[in-house]
Amino acid sequence: MNGISIDRADFAAIAHWVTGGARVLDLGCGDGVLFKYLKRERDISGYGVEIDDANVLACVKNGVNVVQRNLERGLREFEDQSFDYVILSQTLQAMRNGERIIHEMLRVGREGIVTFPNFGYWRNRMHVLRGRMPVSENLPYQWFDTPNIHLCTLDDFERFCSERGIRILERKVLTQGRAVNVMPNLLGALAIYHFGAG
Amino acid sequence: MVTPQRAAFREPLPLKCGRVIANYELAYETYGTLNAGHSNAVLVCHALNASHHAAGVYAGEPDNVGWWDNMIGPGKSLDTNRFFVVGVNNLGGCHGSTGPLSINPDTGLPWGASFPVLTVEDWVSAQARLADQLGIKQFAAVMGGSLGAMQCLQWAIAYPERVRHALVIACAPNLSAQNIAFNEVARQAILTDPDFHGGDYYVQGVTPRRGLRVARMVGHITYLSDDEMANKFGRTLKHGHVNYSFDSEFEIESYLRHQADKFSGYFDANTYLRITKALDYFDPALDHGGNLARALAPATAGFLVVSFTTDWRFSPERSREIVHALLKNKRDVTYAEIDAPHGHDAFLLDDARYHKLVAAYFDRVFDSLSAEGSV
Repeated sequence: MNGISIDRADFAAIAHWVTGGARVLDLGCGDGVLFKYLKRERDISGYGVEIDDANVLACVKNGVNVVQRNLERGLREFEDQSFDYVILSQTLQAMRNGERIIHEMLRVGREGIVTFPNFGYWRNRMHVLRGRMPVSENLPYQWFDTPNIHLCTLDDFERFCSERGIRILERKVLTQGRAVNVMPNLLGALAIYHFGAG
Repeated sequence: MVTPQRAAFREPLPLKCGRVIANYELAYETYGTLNAGHSNAVLVCHALNASHHAAGVYAGEPDNVGWWDNMIGPGKSLDTNRFFVVGVNNLGGCHGSTGPLSINPDTGLPWGASFPVLTVEDWVSAQARLADQLGIKQFAAVMGGSLGAMQCLQWAIAYPERVRHALVIACAPNLSAQNIAFNEVARQAILTDPDFHGGDYYVQGVTPRRGLRVARMVGHITYLSDDEMANKFGRTLKHGHVNYSFDSEFEIESYLRHQADKFSGYFDANTYLRITKALDYFDPALDHGGNLARALAPATAGFLVVSFTTDWRFSPERSREIVHALLKNKRDVTYAEIDAPHGHDAFLLDDARYHKLVAAYFDRVFDSLSAEGSV
């Protein structure tokens, strides 16, 4: 399947929200597999943004247009409202200035899609209750080498949005690829939000 | 093994300065094989002091290796097993194309000072005529670094239908005041050399070697980063102690002198003057109120833009201006910023990240040709 792991349920959820032929900016796009997947599934166009040399090379190999850039410095090269969707997949929790990037997303794009590990997931809570930082499938790092410096829960993110007038359009919560509809802040491991300016 | 060739043009070429060159020749080289559909051609544009000899060696001259031989060749990043690569010496050059050294047919004397001042636009017009002669309607890619990359931009603007991809490496959309200042120092060194004779030094049997030497020294400093010079030379003394003299004492001095001697032995001063002017004048946004996106609006090529972090002559910031304009125009663009210590010269060096990236991009170019069944 050209290296695309179609079993990644978060990809499918994002593809479900993205309209066909949309202009998409994928922030922290990694090796470009999500973009490539959306290109195939939804015929999107646009760019990935990535800081890491090896990932930039992988994007070129995956046929994804990529702009090498440190997201912490904002998105200056990108014009206001020049994309239908700006995606930030599994990157928000690693950003130093998470608030700024969300604002930048809504500056350059009509709508934003963000995915992050839910720190409120019960397994994470159990780790903390036992006195240890969580290490799991969605949070695979040790405390001393983790890039994840700004972890949050579903409730935290939703409060963040409501305080800033950001309108949450859709939400999908997953645990091991399965949708979680009951007590998502406790039972959900991965959060996917689709949002727009208020 | 490669053999330089020459193409003659009889149709007058109108130049941006308002003058016309009635007829001229271009020296060029090709590597690889043009396919039946003529779709696999790649044009390589040279920068300040290079030539059409981009890759390979000449028979009997094993040391005369092409200037971008680490990039171009069988199995290399620009793979000549797949692509038909064309290197061309620009008009006004001193490596075989018509230039100030050539005989002006109207006078029977070398052109010298009377050779026109050329622009990047003129070079690209001349290159397009060479492409016509070679039967290349459209290049799979046009590629260059520095001033060569400016030619790529110009190609994409002037002949959008003839350029599928542009590889724009270590480029700037125009020169900064500081860049122009360095060029002016170089020109003043040449123009004030007593052997310059207003540009007609050939008939005097001399060359303004001293001026060229200083020009090359100044240029060379701007191609290297401070760190690279510190690593390579530091404050190392040639003889381990100072002599309280003006001989070359520090390693960096003897390096610059060596480069200057080498360069002034083969490069023509009139060509150098003109090339620095072409650099100074290049500014595609000028006719669009300084709006680079509007200047690049006609360009439909896919772009690979590459910069190097320690390049202070054409800094990454300048490449980002190009990327910004292309993004604004919603073009296919990939931008990479290579963390290399070598300054502007990095585009000529064999850096694995850089070369792998170019190779991957050319794979993409080749795959798109294959998908169309045109290879």
